[in-house]
Amino acid sequence: MTPLHSLLTRFVSLWAFLVVLVIWEVGCRVLKVPVFVLPAPSAILASTQELEPARWLEHLLATVQVALLGFAVAIVLAFSIAVGITRSPLLSRTLMPWLVVIQSTPIVAIAPIIVVTLGAGILPRVVITTLISFFPLVISTATGLASVPPELLELSRSLRATRTREYWQIRLPYAVPYIFSALKVAITLSVIGAVVAEFVAAERGLGYLILFTTSTFKIPMAFAALTLLVASSLLLYGLIVWLHRRCFPWSL
Amino acid sequence: MDPVIDLVGVGQTFLSSDRSAVVALQDVDLSLRKHEFVSLIGPSGCGKSTILRLIAGLLMPSCGRVSMFGQTVTEPRDEIGVVFQRPTLLPWLDVMGNVLFPMRHKYGRIDDRDRARATDLLAMVGLTEFARKRPSELSGGMQQRVSIARSLLHDPDILLMDEPFSALDALTRDEMSFELLRIWGERPKTVVFVTHSIQEAVLLSDRIVVMSARPGRVSQIVEVPLARPRGLSTLSDPIFLALADEIRARVFSRKPV
Repeated sequence: MTPLHSLLTRFVSLWAFLVVLVIWEVGCRVLKVPVFVLPAPSAILASTQELEPARWLEHLLATVQVALLGFAVAIVLAFSIAVGITRSPLLSRTLMPWLVVIQSTPIVAIAPIIVVTLGAGILPRVVITTLISFFPLVISTATGLASVPPELLELSRSLRATRTREYWQIRLPYAVPYIFSALKVAITLSVIGAVVAEFVAAERGLGYLILFTTSTFKIPMAFAALTLLVASSLLLYGLIVWLHRRCFPWSL
Repeated sequence: MDPVIDLVGVGQTFLSSDRSAVVALQDVDLSLRKHEFVSLIGPSGCGKSTILRLIAGLLMPSCGRVSMFGQTVTEPRDEIGVVFQRPTLLPWLDVMGNVLFPMRHKYGRIDDRDRARATDLLAMVGLTEFARKRPSELSGGMQQRVSIARSLLHDPDILLMDEPFSALDALTRDEMSFELLRIWGERPKTVVFVTHSIQEAVLLSDRIVVMSARPGRVSQIVEVPLARPRGLSTLSDPIFLALADEIRARVFSRKPV
């Protein structure tokens, strides 16, 4: 393999990305696409100058804060519910219909209601984020907790170990691969949840910025905010993948 | 001498998914002497594993009585070690951690004595240099050796083995049988060994309990008069071959054609 060939295959996704950018830029210029239809990458980059870096950071942090808070609450909530429904079939039968109802309710539709009920501030945004992201976590964690080979549960019983140890030393570690695949889904859902919440009621954040800039036809800036949003979502996703590799290499 | 394990008139009835009663075991009488190696053999559904779970205290009999050292079994007891069909090691622990797991799981901590015992056991099953490896790096036979070492950590008087070699390939399987004979020779225990393999049962056992299915009951108990220690040459012993044929005939004569 020549050095050039290996360079090409090694960073193939990066090259593909750059090719798309170039086609996008050239296409916009050659076809003279109006900027409110599709701004060229150069126009998007230029639009970032309209706002000070400190302001960009403020919007970014506001969104990431809501996403992470909602994500954290979702994890705590999902773990408790998952342990509850694996321990008690009765609780499972009681809770599951409610979980499915919450999951099948379009959160976008009830977001305005939540804002009215819980008032302005960060609380309704965190609640909306949690509601959007917690369902896959509950289902995967519960599946993981129940995926333990029955022999190990018999071993645990034959040792007369406590239920707490059964969960900490057998069931939870067994659920780790399930939990992490759900965490990957949930973290991206959390970013979506934060943006949805900001669409409904917010005075800062990237979702708010997109809503505000499109209403004043500053489309390139909306695209810049969107790019930042996607980048932070990818970064958070990467963080989960890294944590998984770093802390639980045996489960890969 | 008093029996170590005693099953008197034991019956076990399960509710199946359509709520009808299924008789898994009926009128089982069985006594096991100290340091005896007994195999349970029979067709699927004859309740071999159910007997194992009754002795382990994981299951309570619907009728009759299971006792151990003269006391009725009402819950799992410390004198029991269990080996399952699959090694079921914990993938996040290394080999040493897996052998130590029962103590950590039962008491929440392990001391130097447990570590010393685990080191001895690993040497006994020939896996000393694999102590720091993860189960996924081991072959099936090696994993099952680890699970045997795990079952012996608390030095149980009674070892319950539920088809421990049936998931292994034929060569490893023979090797593991001899390995088990050696281990049992070094640390005599009362062993209850569930198997589908007639050859395995004859090679290993003092007595073979032949069972029949639907309802599961003991159809015959066969003494194995082969001298110990047994080894590779036992497999070509005329007594071995004759006994294997006899048991094969008994197991198959029960089957509806």
